[in-house]
Amino acid sequence: MSGNHHSHDAHLGAEHADHGSTKSYLTGFILSMVLTLASFGVVMSGKVPHDLMMPGIIVFGVAQLIVQLVYFLHMGTSPSQRGNLSIMLFTILILAIVVVGSLWVLHNMNVNMMHPTSQMVPVE
Amino acid sequence: MSSPAVSAAHGALDGVSHGGDAHHHDDGSKTLLGFWIYLMSDCLIFSGLFATFAVLGNSTAGGPTAKELFELPYVLGETMLLLISSVTFGMAMLGMHAGRKGSVVAWLAVTFVFGAGFIGMEVYEFAKLIHEGAGPSTSAFLSSYFTLVGTHGLHVTCGLIWLVVMMDQIRRFGLTDATQRRLSCLSLFWHFLDIVWICVFTFVYLRGAI
Repeated sequence: MSGNHHSHDAHLGAEHADHGSTKSYLTGFILSMVLTLASFGVVMSGKVPHDLMMPGIIVFGVAQLIVQLVYFLHMGTSPSQRGNLSIMLFTILILAIVVVGSLWVLHNMNVNMMHPTSQMVPVE
Repeated sequence: MSSPAVSAAHGALDGVSHGGDAHHHDDGSKTLLGFWIYLMSDCLIFSGLFATFAVLGNSTAGGPTAKELFELPYVLGETMLLLISSVTFGMAMLGMHAGRKGSVVAWLAVTFVFGAGFIGMEVYEFAKLIHEGAGPSTSAFLSSYFTLVGTHGLHVTCGLIWLVVMMDQIRRFGLTDATQRRLSCLSLFWHFLDIVWICVFTFVYLRGAI
């Protein structure tokens, strides 16, 4: 019984650590704000070379995803979060298969059909 | 100290038979795990919609392209509203853990205002696009755009309704175990929607403008 109580208290302690604080929310907010402005800045400022725009927004986007997962959703490697984390990693795997697979398959199809849809002119 | 008989009684009361571990310590962690699994399955819905958009994004069928249609400063405004609503929800959660009922309801109300502002901007944007003749039926690109962004907007709208329900529940019942559990689920939902929006503005609006 006492062992049971102890583990329950320890669990509550871990939960408490997961809640975050005003400081952690504000840190996450400021980082997100900076990364959002950076993403839009890459495209809107006109100072970034065209070839670097796509890598730029992907890097800032992924960085902001991680910032929000850590500071707002309190994702981490603590024991109480491992279940959530492993489910999320599995989801990301499926997501990558769906998105990359679709692009790959349809790109191949477009190339082999010899008339990419982007150049198709609607028939009046 | 619990005798086997007492444990058995507890097990029977809870409707489960895990012996001594069957005490009804509902700290909400199982509910949160289940809700997290739901969110991840929701994520898979969005992955399908993002894949569709990625494939059809250039199929404008002679209609307007993303570059011609989207106004980035406007989208930046929407993004800021959603981002601010995320942090104000965080403040509501801090209030909840500190047991301050009034502060929770107040921060939820602020979150609602910013969330409603986001939806208002999005509805206006959609109405403007349709008015300009760039409705969902114009091209495959616009069909996939409206489906993807509309699905996100629908989620935020559900979140807004849930916010109102939670404000009412907390006013009526206070910060009980049940309301705290529900609010924690809503918190996950709300932050999750902000994360989906990051992908939307990166891959739909910014990529479209390049």
